[in-house]
Amino acid sequence: MSYRNDPYDPKQAALLDPAALEAAVDDARKAFDAASDLDELATLKSAHLGDRAPISLARREIGSLPPAAKSDAGKRVNLARQSVQGAYDSRLAELEIERAAKVLVTERVDVTLPWDRRPRGARHPLTTLMEHMGDLFAGMGYDLVEGPELELEWANFDALNIGPDNAVRGSMDTFYVDLPGLVMRTHTSPGQVRTMLTRQPPIYVVSPGRAYRSDELDATHSPVFHQLEGLVVDEGITMAHLRGTLDHFAKAMFGPDARTRWRPHYFPFTEPSAEFDVWFAQHRDGPRWVEWGGCGMVNPRVLVACGIDPERYSGFAFGMGVERTLMFRNGVSDMRDMVEGDVRFTANFGMEV
Amino acid sequence: MKTSLSWLREFVELPPGLTAQELDNALTNLGMEVESIVDQAATVQGDLVVGRVLTIEELTGFKKPIRFTTVDVGRGEPQEIVCGARNFSEGDLVAVILPGGELPGGFRIGARKTYGRNSHGMICSAAELGLGGDHSGIIVLPPGVAEPGADARPVVGLSDVLVEVEITPDRGYELSLRGLARELSYAFAASYTDPASLVTAPEPTAEAPYPVTVDDTAGCDRFSARVVRGIDPAAPSPEWMQKRLIAAGIRAISLPVDITNYLMLELGQPMHVFDLGRLSGGLVVRRARPGEKLTTLDGVARVLDAEDMVICDDTGPISLAAVMGGETSEWQPDTVDVLLEAAHWDPVMVGRTARRHKLFSEAAKRWERGVDPRLTLVALERAVQILTEHAGGTVDERVLDLDHVTAPATIALDPGLPARSIGLPYDAERVAALLSQVGCAVTGAAPLEVTPPSWRPDLLAPIDLVEEVARLGGYNDIPSLLPPARGGNGITPQQRRRRSVGRALAENGYVEVLSYPFVAPAAADQLGYPADDPRRSAVRLTNPLSEQEPLLRTSLLPTLLGTLKRNLGRGRRDLALFETGTVFLPRLAQTAPPVMGVDRRPSEAEWIAANSIVPAQPWHLAVALTGDAEPAGWWGPGRAASWADAVEAVRIALSAAGVSAGRVTVGAAELAPWHPGRCAAISVDGTVVGHAGELHPAVVSAYELPKRTSVAELDLDALPLPPVTQARRISSFPPALIDVALVLDRATPAASVEAALADGAGELLESVSLFDLYESDQLGPDKKSLAYKLTFRAPDRTLTTEETLAARDAAVAAVSARFGATLRGA
Repeated sequence: MSYRNDPYDPKQAALLDPAALEAAVDDARKAFDAASDLDELATLKSAHLGDRAPISLARREIGSLPPAAKSDAGKRVNLARQSVQGAYDSRLAELEIERAAKVLVTERVDVTLPWDRRPRGARHPLTTLMEHMGDLFAGMGYDLVEGPELELEWANFDALNIGPDNAVRGSMDTFYVDLPGLVMRTHTSPGQVRTMLTRQPPIYVVSPGRAYRSDELDATHSPVFHQLEGLVVDEGITMAHLRGTLDHFAKAMFGPDARTRWRPHYFPFTEPSAEFDVWFAQHRDGPRWVEWGGCGMVNPRVLVACGIDPERYSGFAFGMGVERTLMFRNGVSDMRDMVEGDVRFTANFGMEV
Repeated sequence: MKTSLSWLREFVELPPGLTAQELDNALTNLGMEVESIVDQAATVQGDLVVGRVLTIEELTGFKKPIRFTTVDVGRGEPQEIVCGARNFSEGDLVAVILPGGELPGGFRIGARKTYGRNSHGMICSAAELGLGGDHSGIIVLPPGVAEPGADARPVVGLSDVLVEVEITPDRGYELSLRGLARELSYAFAASYTDPASLVTAPEPTAEAPYPVTVDDTAGCDRFSARVVRGIDPAAPSPEWMQKRLIAAGIRAISLPVDITNYLMLELGQPMHVFDLGRLSGGLVVRRARPGEKLTTLDGVARVLDAEDMVICDDTGPISLAAVMGGETSEWQPDTVDVLLEAAHWDPVMVGRTARRHKLFSEAAKRWERGVDPRLTLVALERAVQILTEHAGGTVDERVLDLDHVTAPATIALDPGLPARSIGLPYDAERVAALLSQVGCAVTGAAPLEVTPPSWRPDLLAPIDLVEEVARLGGYNDIPSLLPPARGGNGITPQQRRRRSVGRALAENGYVEVLSYPFVAPAAADQLGYPADDPRRSAVRLTNPLSEQEPLLRTSLLPTLLGTLKRNLGRGRRDLALFETGTVFLPRLAQTAPPVMGVDRRPSEAEWIAANSIVPAQPWHLAVALTGDAEPAGWWGPGRAASWADAVEAVRIALSAAGVSAGRVTVGAAELAPWHPGRCAAISVDGTVVGHAGELHPAVVSAYELPKRTSVAELDLDALPLPPVTQARRISSFPPALIDVALVLDRATPAASVEAALADGAGELLESVSLFDLYESDQLGPDKKSLAYKLTFRAPDRTLTTEETLAARDAAVAAVSARFGATLRGA
């Protein structure tokens, strides 16, 4: 609306008065600052920034001013409006932050609540330990081989230089079956025989598996147990290589302090033969030597029975009980815990050993 | 082998201050297993003193006679001691342990009131001091042996060190003082006296003291004998001999028998004493005739085998040669004329006889491990000397010796072989020196001509000599050297598969168990196997640990259910178990494998024939579930384990084994031990590889398991190895989703419906998933509704609504055509 020809009427333009504008801005700022939440602020917005707000009304009066005064008044009104808008925006931002913070507070949960809706399973520590051992040898360039648990008597005994009259054969507590020529293997060593019958040197294999002896189950014996058997046949293999291999294996299993100690022994399938102890610094009863397994240089008679030229090749073999290793390495005091299948025993180990 | 250090010291000059630890180390490094080293002086703690019995008062009115004594123990007032033994008189010297002392076995001695009197200490018997099994009374010491109050240990013989070692079966010579002392002489570089050199054996005479014929010189390659007449049958064995026998764990019996045992310990030569007066006619050494009978010294009437060797007189067998004597010819308390026999027997024969008759006597143990064949005359001379010294009698000057012993063969040893085997430099000189030390005669240079001593029948081949070089040279000096890597393949695909399956199941809540494979014959009935089920055919152990469980499992389930029950018995309710292990499936034909020697590799044909009789032993996987598969909690109710979990376990396993879902089909099946309506057969590429579902209620009740227990079993070895998986192209265009609800006959398998949908929908179908299964009266009693979410997507464009609807219609049409399905609400 324009009153171009109208004489200037100060009454009509009272709202453009600088003091009035300032008061309007001041009112708006106070009102906004007093708003306690976003809803209240929204309500106040129309009173101070809406069509009927003092500054909006003042803008309408600019038309009634003489042309010379219009520009000046327009600037004043704009500044006032910017101030009110600024006051509104800053309060709006403040309140939005406050509200977001409040939402986060109300959404707080108890993060300590359990959520075991899908119970975890576990692998048997003997399985895990055998895999661990097998992987170490795989890393050293060995193959992992297996053989049957119900085995040819020839492979379990004869081929290993345990003839029918060898005292060792009588002392092995063998399980016999109602089939001729078969026994439950008393050790994993027939795996050696099977390997040598199917390939020529160089042979670098380990054979983890189950073996059987008719011992009653007690805290330290089990009629069904696991062994890890190793066999190397190559040119120029010496007892020093056997020691190096066992020392390396011992360190990998039991830490950098581990080493082996040998005691002369007798096994029909190796000569010279030894039993070996390992220095186990982490033993729960203090650092000590622990009996670990048997080893030796493959007896040339075994090589001959398996079709390998003992003049050209020599080899070593070793074996250790997996249960025994788990017992001292992990502090299992009773063999029965490993065979009874109580889930509490196994769950304790989870996926690692 | 048990003996005492003082006896060993007679033959080897061990260091004077030798500690138990040093002795232990030396024996261990020589290859013996030390069972125990016991310093007797330390076995009785506190004051063990000589006492003189001053007064004896007989106490009456008790169940047994009791004595109240006063004993001078060389300090202050006489001790008052109550004693239950009666074999002593006033003035006798006895061994007294004073209050505060401790007897072997941790038996502490105090002052106490007993039988109405005060007793300060105890008068000791030999048994109480750990000196052997004589319980006949307390020890009465010889008069004047020591003053009251003196330490009684040296007087009663508690001053020695007892050593017990276990020897390896190849070293029979170590079962004697002669052999043990020789071994220790290497360890301590000590001088050694061979006990066999202590006497000079007389030459055999042309005329025998008693007629003997050896019919079988393979079984008995030497038979020597001496005769002594007119001995004092009552003469006791000297105390030193008895002590040494007791220390060795051998009971003292009579002088002649004790002498044979003593010399067996000292020299390693077992001997036998016959009562000359009870022999009738000449002796014949021969094989037994099948069915011949002999009552051995232990009172057992034995039926003999044609392989057994016997010594016979005119009455027939009187001794089971080398193993045990017979009752009729044995020394008796009134024996005055004796025939002493020392022979050499075939170790293989003795071993078989001992095993056949389960007679593992001290003699048999030595024969089986090898006895020096050159000792018979030395041992007889020693025996004759000791016998006549203590029991008088006249020695028949005639000496019988039927000697067919062959000398040990000479071994040609490449002097470089020890170094090549051991990995340490050993020059020829050192090799010769070490071998000489163990008694070998070494001549020549390259090769060394090595003749083993007569007591080392185990030294037969060059490698046996290498072992002696390594052993005496010291195992622990061998360097530690890794052989160079030769390139390997690591684990097998089958092992990788078992690992993956095991991990996947464990990650899905299953706990692994490892059961014994032994099962009861009744398991087949408990599992409800039909009469002709192949799983009933099982290998049987002939010597099972438990007669109840003689069979090898043909399925993992019976043993797994046993483990499940054990856990339930221990208070677990929610269980998910798995096991991977072998089962044993006998072949139909049960023939013996070919006889294969060890002097060469078996021929390919022999090896194949031998393996063809070995039962198949595939790896199986089994799972068993009961209770909640997902527990109740603050989040809400739990979910009970069911047949569906068992089926899913198989799917998880197959997926872990690298078998893609598309190759797996699941179909309804009926097979024991499963519920006939809740059993799934799982196939890969159309071949059934396993079954899963809920156990038959009858099986649940036979095993007393919770209702709805579910199981699965899968033949892992029947699975194809994973192929190289081909990558799939991933479309980046948006999917189109459409739901369809189909009304079908209730019996229509969901898997078939899904397959029909997929077939009908064509290539645009990306996935199909069942999101609802609905049954209601409205639908009808034989109807069900299956609701599927179909996802369509094209590789190269955004699908139009028309295309999507057309594909959906085609999918529904396929199901309608195959199963008469209608769209729900249509």
